[in-house]
Amino acid sequence: MSTVVSFVLNGEQVEAAVESRTLLVEMLRDTLGRTGTHVGCDTSQCGACVVHVDGRSVKSCTMLALQAEGADVRTIEGVALNGKLHPMQEAFREHHGLQCGFCTPGVIMSALDLVRQNPEPDEKQIREWLEGNLCRCTGYQNIVRAVKAGAEAMRRQPPETGGPRGGGGANG
Amino acid sequence: MAENGIGAAVRRKEDFRFITGGGQYTDDINRPRQLYAHILRSPLPHACIRRIDSKAAESVRGVVAVFSGSDMAADGVGGLPCGWGITQKDGSQMAEPVHSPLAQDTVRCIGDQVAVVLAVSRAIARDAAELIEVDYEELPAVTDLVAASQPDAPQVWPNAPGNICFDWEIGDAAAVDKALAGAAHIVEIDVVNTRLIPNAIEPRAAIGDYDAGKDEYTLYTTSQNPHVTRLLMGAYVLNIPEHKLRVVAPDVGGGFGSKIFHYAEEAIVTWASRRVNRPVKWTADRSESFMSDAHGRDHVSHASLALGEDGDFLALRVSTRANLGAYLSTFGPSVPTYLYGTLLAGTYRTPAIYCEVKGMFTHTVPVDAYRGAGRPEASYLLERLVDKAARETGIDKVELRRRNFISPDGFPYQTPVALQYDSGNYHACLDRALEMVDYGNFGARREASAAKGKLRGIGFSTYIEACGLAPSNVAGQLGARAGLYEAATIRVNPTGSVTVLTGSHSHGQGHETTFAQLVTEALGVELNSVEVVHGDTGKIPFGMGTYGSRSLSVGGMAIVNALEKIRTKARKIAAHLLEASEEDVVFENGKLSIAGTDRSLSFGEVALSAYVPHNYPLDVLEPGLEETAFYDPKNFTFPSGCHICEVEVDPETGLVEVVRFVAADDFGRIVNPMIVEGQVQGGVAQGIGQALYEQCVFEPDTGQLLTGSLMDYCLPRADNLPNFEVATSTTLCTHNSLGVKGCGEAGTIGSTPAVINAVIDALSELSVTDLPIPATPERVWRAIQAARAA
Repeated sequence: MSTVVSFVLNGEQVEAAVESRTLLVEMLRDTLGRTGTHVGCDTSQCGACVVHVDGRSVKSCTMLALQAEGADVRTIEGVALNGKLHPMQEAFREHHGLQCGFCTPGVIMSALDLVRQNPEPDEKQIREWLEGNLCRCTGYQNIVRAVKAGAEAMRRQPPETGGPRGGGGANG
Repeated sequence: MAENGIGAAVRRKEDFRFITGGGQYTDDINRPRQLYAHILRSPLPHACIRRIDSKAAESVRGVVAVFSGSDMAADGVGGLPCGWGITQKDGSQMAEPVHSPLAQDTVRCIGDQVAVVLAVSRAIARDAAELIEVDYEELPAVTDLVAASQPDAPQVWPNAPGNICFDWEIGDAAAVDKALAGAAHIVEIDVVNTRLIPNAIEPRAAIGDYDAGKDEYTLYTTSQNPHVTRLLMGAYVLNIPEHKLRVVAPDVGGGFGSKIFHYAEEAIVTWASRRVNRPVKWTADRSESFMSDAHGRDHVSHASLALGEDGDFLALRVSTRANLGAYLSTFGPSVPTYLYGTLLAGTYRTPAIYCEVKGMFTHTVPVDAYRGAGRPEASYLLERLVDKAARETGIDKVELRRRNFISPDGFPYQTPVALQYDSGNYHACLDRALEMVDYGNFGARREASAAKGKLRGIGFSTYIEACGLAPSNVAGQLGARAGLYEAATIRVNPTGSVTVLTGSHSHGQGHETTFAQLVTEALGVELNSVEVVHGDTGKIPFGMGTYGSRSLSVGGMAIVNALEKIRTKARKIAAHLLEASEEDVVFENGKLSIAGTDRSLSFGEVALSAYVPHNYPLDVLEPGLEETAFYDPKNFTFPSGCHICEVEVDPETGLVEVVRFVAADDFGRIVNPMIVEGQVQGGVAQGIGQALYEQCVFEPDTGQLLTGSLMDYCLPRADNLPNFEVATSTTLCTHNSLGVKGCGEAGTIGSTPAVINAVIDALSELSVTDLPIPATPERVWRAIQAARAA
């Protein structure tokens, strides 16, 4: 049985009929065609599917689409605005924080939530936070450097539109 | 050097799409009217299929078809081919059983493909598959090498008695035996090289799309080598001629070897698409990846090293059993033979080497190349053995290695196991690594750790690898059933921008940047005026793909040679336009000028002239500016290096922490140092994974895959790993004009033995001399308890 669910996705109102068992990530990818969010596992381990729901990072494979009703959802496609990269995205490019790019959207979304909660994370805090994001290419070293540099850049120059943009102003 | 040419740490051109969610991976592609395939897999390691009843599944609303092996057989579908044949000791060929894409009457491993459901949604296909009733007659199964070698072991194939696929050898057994008989020391070791599951984060996926109007097929697939897949699937499995089959490997989310091979699912979706005349898409769950991606390693070996009084290596004898799984994967047999036995000289002057390998069938997922492929197995065995030799002879570990290194002026060096190393300087890598790790102060660091209640150890590994696969005639003599050259086309567009069409495939390696740097270097065009196209047989002339660290040393050389043709033609055109002789035209920094004058043309002007040939030597030169080159390497390349690891072991918990890791590697000339460093970091992480965390486990009694998810199979996570200190120490490859050797696998090859040697060193004060990998806290703790009890 299908149910209509509607929420704000990257600033746009979206609405679609989904089965009650449809996962948020399935709705994003298959129903709404936003394929930047990836699926790398089936046990909520890899973190490739991390998105923001009301400003907080969520593994979108662990949430039903119906639970997003009325929420403010942001995916990797909504991080760079008007073609301008977010400082965190810039940092990933600058510090070679990605290779195949498959885990990258989830890692960036996760990193943004870390910086929301802790604007100045040290290396240990970054590594512990990213424990839920698996990367098989980089050995994490450059991801950690990128997150550190991205956080620094965000402190120096708070992005106009970037940063986790919670529906209830979770970003403050 | 051009500003962004060879040697520049250029930021990657491909990154923008990946960091903005714009990458296009196979599962991101959807075709109109597409169906979803779900594959029903065997829950048993060995069983006869008595009957498959799919009536209930077929009646589910939204299900379009259910097919099983008999449907494919009725259409004359062939078996998945093996791309490498092994000639055995006795001159006969290896056993080569048929590998049907969907099982015919017997399943031989967990995850074997039994049936496929096609439906209008993934969920419906999956639900319907639950309704298929398969009547299995369970048969005895065997999953590990030792059990499979027993006389009464269950047999995997009737035409492979004793479960032996091949019994192969290399080297001079008599010379080795003679040296062993007269040696001052003989050091023996038994090692198990554990089975690993590659786990690229993107699961495999495939979409078959048959166009009935044109009688043409397109396969979108997660492949490292789409042309090879086209060749194998088209010619051997589905009988589709190349001009009717396009294979597209778009953005691919990591491979590490596991996406080299032609898999059953690719054939199933392509065949099924024609059967139902609709596109058919299949995407693996991670659980399916665990039981259907080819696994890696899985060796059991015994080795003996003969040493002279002063520690000189005199001879090495190695006997290995290698698990091939239930079927021969595409390059499975080549890995424990020509990519393993030939590497056993390592960095050492061992005059006599003999290696024999039994390739064994078991009721397990097929085993094939995983990052390093054979070479990590060789370096693991050798470096464990050298460490043990140092302990037993009382010679310092570093000194014993030094004493036996091939000397820097000893190149070319002919090993006793077929390979001829062209260049290297193992002392230089070792010196660099020792300096980086500050070896002289290790004692103080050990004391500092002891003061915290930790045991500190240091481990060394000096490795060699054979990369840049491969001279086709040599590979052919050794059993390869394909050429191993690479192709490239340089298309200079009329306005001077450049399109590179390469047969190499990038799935994280950064080819779009590195290859563009080669173009910038040769033609002086801006980096952002170069587009690198790969992964589509409909666009690329030909290709053999990416594996064995071959993309730069083989694929890059094809690009360089095509660029040289472009340069030659551009100078001819410029000579005409400038009314000079060709010899006087100098092509530098994007300009073609007459030496000693101020007359010059930009490369863009020359390109435009080639496409608007109004003033052009049409009687001697064709219009256009596009050149293709095929490059077949003259030899393998031989990257080498030294990895040093320091660990701290908590004796109370057995927990091992890698606290230092340094790597000094020789990759030949470096085109992009940032990318090379990233490759080493990622490779080292995988090598540490094998040493401390990862292991594929089948339950002996039931044959069930116990490590079938990311909750059971331990991939290294961010908080498991340290930062790595990486440096290079360069000697150039002598047989390609770039001087490059390749860097993709080195990290994995060098690191595993360095880590485990460090753990053993940490426990040496407790007289622990051996530990299995992965050195999990439980195993380390048990070893400590046993040592204390003794």
